[in-house]
Amino acid sequence: MSVLVDKDTRLIVQGITGREGLFHTIQMVAYGTNVVAGVTPGKGGQWVLDDKIPVFDTVKKAAETTGANASVIFVPARFAADAIFEAADAGVELIVCITEGIPVQDMMRVRAYLDQKGSRLVGPNCPGLLTPGEAKVGIIPGNIAIPGNVGVVSRSGTLTYEVLYAMKQLGIGATTTVGIGGDPINGTSFLDVLKMFEEDPQTEKVVLIGEIGGTDEQKAAQYIADHMTKPVVAFIAGQTAPPGKRMGHAGAIVEGGEGTAAEKIEALEKAGVKVAKHPEEIAHILNTL
Amino acid sequence: MKLHEYQSKQIFAKYGVPIPKGRVATTAAEARQIAAELGGRVVVKAQVLVGGRGKAGGIKLANTPEEAEERATEILSMKLKGLPVRKVLIDEAAHIAKEIYLGITNDRAARKPVMMASAEGGVEIEEVARQTPEKIIKIHIDPLLGLRGYQTRDLALGIDLPKEHWKAFSKVCFGLWEAYKNSDATLAEINPLVVTEEGQVLAVDGKMIVDDNALFRHPDIAEMRDLDVEAPEEVEARKYGLSYIKLDGDIGCMVNGAGLAMTTMDVIKLYGGEPANFLDIGGGASAEKVAAAFRIILSEPNVKAVLINIFGGITRGDEVARGILAAMEEVNPQVPMVARIVGTNAEEGRRLLANANMITADTLVDAAQKAVAAAKGGLR
Ligand SMILES: Nc1ncnc2c1ncn2[C@@H]1O[C@H](COP(=O)(O)OP(=O)(O)OP(=O)(O)O)[C@@H](O)[C@H]1O
Ligand SMILES: [Mg+2]
Repeated sequence: MSVLVDKDTRLIVQGITGREGLFHTIQMVAYGTNVVAGVTPGKGGQWVLDDKIPVFDTVKKAAETTGANASVIFVPARFAADAIFEAADAGVELIVCITEGIPVQDMMRVRAYLDQKGSRLVGPNCPGLLTPGEAKVGIIPGNIAIPGNVGVVSRSGTLTYEVLYAMKQLGIGATTTVGIGGDPINGTSFLDVLKMFEEDPQTEKVVLIGEIGGTDEQKAAQYIADHMTKPVVAFIAGQTAPPGKRMGHAGAIVEGGEGTAAEKIEALEKAGVKVAKHPEEIAHILNTL
Repeated sequence: MKLHEYQSKQIFAKYGVPIPKGRVATTAAEARQIAAELGGRVVVKAQVLVGGRGKAGGIKLANTPEEAEERATEILSMKLKGLPVRKVLIDEAAHIAKEIYLGITNDRAARKPVMMASAEGGVEIEEVARQTPEKIIKIHIDPLLGLRGYQTRDLALGIDLPKEHWKAFSKVCFGLWEAYKNSDATLAEINPLVVTEEGQVLAVDGKMIVDDNALFRHPDIAEMRDLDVEAPEEVEARKYGLSYIKLDGDIGCMVNGAGLAMTTMDVIKLYGGEPANFLDIGGGASAEKVAAAFRIILSEPNVKAVLINIFGGITRGDEVARGILAAMEEVNPQVPMVARIVGTNAEEGRRLLANANMITADTLVDAAQKAVAAAKGGLR
């Protein structure tokens, strides 16, 4: 078992003929992900990957023709919001947006629209999803994680790889890794994913990797305290980040004294979460649970 | 990206917000000239991208053009919170009867724009928010629908604005909303919005922050960027697609990925060191990018050691190592370098770097400890 993606995922890649899109499609297919179609406006009718994957002009065509139920977006920031709207209007249930740098007002409109439509967006500005041994949707390197019983949810990319890798070194595997992204406004929150992990029978422990900015971790802590039966280990990046500075991620900023690592760690610890001092420690703590 | 008061107010005016007559001057003589043209009393206002200019002495009244010249001379030679004043705005002085606060920003938790008004205008709004939060009236704007007329009346009512000003106030609210929306602002603020003794509603101050990620569709605004407020290294970094923030410590950091870059700083601190910077080189690690990163990190004379932390993932570790070696040839750093590379072919990568006399490490903790020791002169 897993959450969001598995062997039955039938994936569309939006922006499949672009450099990033094509490179990662090759990686996803090599991992065993069922990529059923690609979309690039104006390139419909072409095929990629040795004529194995058809390219369509629109998401609607691609979804109708192939019965796809998920889409991953690799289009440049200026077109990304439109790509998300297109996928939602085509009825795609799960939309994963890798793109970084989408204007925040675009994301406010996207999120308001998706809330009405009922599609789930993961990201943007995220590494995507990995269910080890089953499917990879996005850019997480497949070889750094093994199947197991730990659900991982994170706002960051390479930091997540670091944790998955440290877990693998100790023989600890994951059910699903969900990168929710580093933007201030995203489609799926920590809270949403914690609920999924709590309900997933295969997931026995959870890792939450947060960072400075916003209050998503605090809301997660509240849920953990009130509802979560499975143990959670956390790490919060940015303890040494100066206030008022955007630390690479659009969402990683302490504003008006709010969103500090210290307040997040305090909220999580109060909820009974073990907070690691560095990423490798997460794997060691998992072993003691 | 922050805009100056005069830039913000020009944008507001474009959307129908009334502002005082005025112009920007870069010399005192020019200030005098503008004051003479305006006639009557003027306000001389420092244009620097910091808050609290009035309190810091950067805003002065002048009754005559001669006085305007004197005030401008003073203000143009000031530094406000460390920033030199290079421009002053000369605005007609308003006869203020009442000062209101009006602003729009992104409410991250609500995922919507929020418009705020307060009868306590002119003072620092953060202060009002801390001490008397009930005095700030907030309305959330549906990003798909936009501002509704009744919402502006809710605000007017909430701040006890006399009915005769509602229409003018509503017009300002809509102007500010359009300015915020059409400029991709993350903040658009009028503090104070004044009601004059003549009964006019007027924006005498203006502040805007525009979303950097949206500047591609606002070339006119992108051109307004004031490089004075940014560290030159940060400007240089942006050119190469690097994300760099200068800090006070002595261990330079070069990392791929923002989360991992923050974590690397944290782990350095955890083991008794102080990071000199945040630096995310992004995806891949081409020699050109790495070289630019080295130059920027080493331009800071405080740096006594450099920690390179690259989680290769799909990028191959030996490729990263070759990029680093090529960059070292070019930049020839004189401080100890600690490198940690993880990913496909990482061992080959480490071997290449060790051969080039770099200190290598297996784990982040190991790397941080070695970098801390190296910065203290204990490791070469
Ligand atoms: N054109 C004007 N006419 C009359 N009074 C003015 C005018 N401009 C500013 N003032 C007065 O000066 C005060 C401070 O000016 P302003 O709000 O522009 O700067 P500030 O708030 O001190 O600076 P910052 O925006 O950096 O915090 C105002 O609250 C107002 O009372
Ligand atoms: Mg002001």
